[in-house]
Amino acid sequence: MSAEAHPGTPEPNHARRFTTIWLIATVIATPLVILLLGPELPPGKASAEAAGQVTDNTVLLGMATPVLLLVLIYLAYAIIVFRQPKGAVLEGPAVRGDARLQTAWIVITSVLVLSLAAYGTVRLEEGNGAGSGNGPTPLTVPKGPKLPVQVIAQQWAFTYRYPTYGGVETTHLELPVNQMVELHITSIDVIHSFWAYQLGVKADANPGVDNVVFVKPTTEETFEVHCAELCGIWHGGMFDHGHVVSAGAFEAWIRQQEANFAPATKVLPPYAKTYSPEPTRRAE
Amino acid sequence: MSTTAAAATPQPVGRPLWRRLIGFNLLTAVILGVGGYYLGWFIGHQVDGKSFEFQAAIDENDVALLLAYFFGVVGFLIGLGFANYPISRLLGRPASLREKEQEGIGRYFGLCTDHKVVGIQYLIGIGVFFFVGGLNAMLIRTELLHSSPTFVGPNQYLSLVGMHGTMMMGMMTSGILGPFANYFVPLMIGARRMAFPRIEALTFWLLMAAGFILVSTIFFGGFPTGWTGYEPLNDQAVMGMDSYICFFALVGLSMCLLGLNMMATIITMRAPGLTWSRLPIFVWSVFATSVLMVLAAPMLIATLLMAALDRSINTSFFIAGGGGSSYLFENLFWFFGHPEVYILALPGFGIVLELLPVFTRKPLWGYRLAVSGMLGVSLMSFFVWQHHLFVSGINADLRPFYMLSTEIISIPTGFIFLCVMGTLWKARTSFSVPMLFCLGWAFNFLIGGLSGVFLSDTPSDTTTHGSFFVMAHFHYTIMGGLIFTFFAGIYYWIPKMVGLRFNERLAKIHFWSMFLAFNSTFLPLFVLGMEGMPRRVSFYEPKLHTLNVWVSISAFVLGASMLVFLVNAVYSLIFVRLRAESNPWRSKSLEWQVPTPVPVNNFEQIPVFDSDPYDYGTPLAVGGGQPAAARA
Repeated sequence: MSAEAHPGTPEPNHARRFTTIWLIATVIATPLVILLLGPELPPGKASAEAAGQVTDNTVLLGMATPVLLLVLIYLAYAIIVFRQPKGAVLEGPAVRGDARLQTAWIVITSVLVLSLAAYGTVRLEEGNGAGSGNGPTPLTVPKGPKLPVQVIAQQWAFTYRYPTYGGVETTHLELPVNQMVELHITSIDVIHSFWAYQLGVKADANPGVDNVVFVKPTTEETFEVHCAELCGIWHGGMFDHGHVVSAGAFEAWIRQQEANFAPATKVLPPYAKTYSPEPTRRAE
Repeated sequence: MSTTAAAATPQPVGRPLWRRLIGFNLLTAVILGVGGYYLGWFIGHQVDGKSFEFQAAIDENDVALLLAYFFGVVGFLIGLGFANYPISRLLGRPASLREKEQEGIGRYFGLCTDHKVVGIQYLIGIGVFFFVGGLNAMLIRTELLHSSPTFVGPNQYLSLVGMHGTMMMGMMTSGILGPFANYFVPLMIGARRMAFPRIEALTFWLLMAAGFILVSTIFFGGFPTGWTGYEPLNDQAVMGMDSYICFFALVGLSMCLLGLNMMATIITMRAPGLTWSRLPIFVWSVFATSVLMVLAAPMLIATLLMAALDRSINTSFFIAGGGGSSYLFENLFWFFGHPEVYILALPGFGIVLELLPVFTRKPLWGYRLAVSGMLGVSLMSFFVWQHHLFVSGINADLRPFYMLSTEIISIPTGFIFLCVMGTLWKARTSFSVPMLFCLGWAFNFLIGGLSGVFLSDTPSDTTTHGSFFVMAHFHYTIMGGLIFTFFAGIYYWIPKMVGLRFNERLAKIHFWSMFLAFNSTFLPLFVLGMEGMPRRVSFYEPKLHTLNVWVSISAFVLGASMLVFLVNAVYSLIFVRLRAESNPWRSKSLEWQVPTPVPVNNFEQIPVFDSDPYDYGTPLAVGGGQPAAARA
């Protein structure tokens, strides 16, 4: 069962063939992905921050597509072309590496990765990360007037306090359109995560922590609110809808809330960045 | 036959039955384990009398349960005979490796210091818990057939999620290192045993004790936190949480000892001529993983100790109201948790790169690049953990750094891909079942890796964080990475481990059904995450119902594909007993040159290496480069 030497028939230039296939596929697929799939990517365009995230998602997808195609087409090519003939026991070429190719790979992947990180950092500091939890002292604060709203998470509901409207606490979130909102997210028991999907907002609610998020809704619409961090048995049921409404409608709604909840507001603790109720214990 | 003073203690073969039953074996271990458990339970109620009064009524006493588990495990290990050696050494008796020279099936059910027996113990033990974890996944997907809880209650649902995640993330850390590294590292490096054979046995039995403790959580109300065990939910949970804490701490201990043992073996016990640059790539991956295990696992144990103290004696390390911080737990946990996911992924890299040369009949392409890739991943994995906390509000100004470090870790991972691709180039690939699983790995890990880019970028992560997207991502890297290579390893090495082989047709059905069902299950989860479905919920919006039903059905097919494997294993290895050739894959690696079954001491003479094991690519002489091994 001795094997034959490398077959003498002239082989096609596999490297050139593969590169051509990959280049053609990339040139066709990448614009298609960016143009067709890009606008469909989450979280939509209901706020300036969400729209920025859609752009970022599109850029990342556009960068990932050639890489995905490179490896997939390579694997397919290798599987189809470089096979052991049936019943044979041939050996492949004893090549143990290629210094130039390896160096090129290291350089190219490093450049790709570093530019990805640089892009992400620039976009983050431009304010596209404003929708994800910025902690108590955000590095970049948008200019102009902001409407402060506090999100208080507890097992298993979110409530909202409007400090500029007498600290009224509502069970429902309404925001005015085209107004920069400053969300202060905190928790009074375990860790939750406030996820306003269409607005591109996600921020953990930690007990004793004031997690700040900026968001500027740009269209009047209903958005989903989920809890995105496991918080106990009714975690999945911690689900609600919020509304972005016109400035006038918001003003009317919040005045109504202020009046309705006036008796409750009187007995609430005064508005604060965080609240420390008695630690939740099972048996004491 | 033996290397040490075997003559000093002749095996008492003709002992009476009662003496054999009462000796140090699994039966004694269970008896002492249960005894220890009730002792700890009793002591716990004595020392924590205040809560005894009150908590006895609701059957809640964390001190008692933690002590019960502790004494139970100690009793179990003493029963197995782990105390015998230290005691006999203290009494001045000579050193011996007597536990190694057992015969028969009984040695698989007790303390055995033969690395080949431990490898098979691991394979069976981990396999059982893998199926338990998989069964949990089936129940989770059954519940998700409906958009609101119908099949199990929300409490049971979270317990299932927690048990599935914890079982897989905990037990499967040793999924490849346990069976395959224990069995084959000594054979690959030309050693007769591991550096610390008793510690090797200890890691296995610790893991088994841990597995039972995790399953026992169902008697104490389960735990609601998932595998991450976040505080303060952890502190709030019922006693089932203590099972999680003990389980993971024991797994951490087992992992740490396993890593130390592997490192010591690889550093000190290589045969002459086996330089670092000739070391099989699988051994390198085991080495890189071991470094992670030794450095990361102690962090886990310390974190869980703090959590246990918070729960049992009301300290407040993690309770904001008492001066602690929930961030502290997140930081400590992920400082362990991120290296942990590479503990799961790295051995898979090793198996793929080890098997490719055999099935492509080519030397490993870019050996040094592969080694630096693995070491690079293992080093970098300690600098990325806060990407799990991008939206948590902690150190928001450090996010660019963690974005950078997370994205940099894809460079060494890319090395591995280049080596895989280079080895496939102009190869003579034969598509045997282990090779199919390796190619499956390449596809899965590619998707897993590229989807990770969306999680590493903070603005993108805003949507994907904590959603089904991240769930799909890590199933692609861990199930698609670890489990596929785990099966590649089983199909590849079983002929050496037991001298039998699998039915090839059933094995191919297993691969194709698993590969297709896996992708059909987890690709839609990316979409579900992007559509706004959070993880670990048993409620979801009705508009996501169709896709969820699709995923559930695919998951059932995936589960059925595991049954194909099980049927094949029972059919081929127990009933038909298909004899395997001594070296069916024509591998040049050293483990295939020893006879099957492998002699107790592996090698009559310690081999001398003059090359790495990837000397393919020249025409094979009859029987390979080394003398043909005797057929079994």
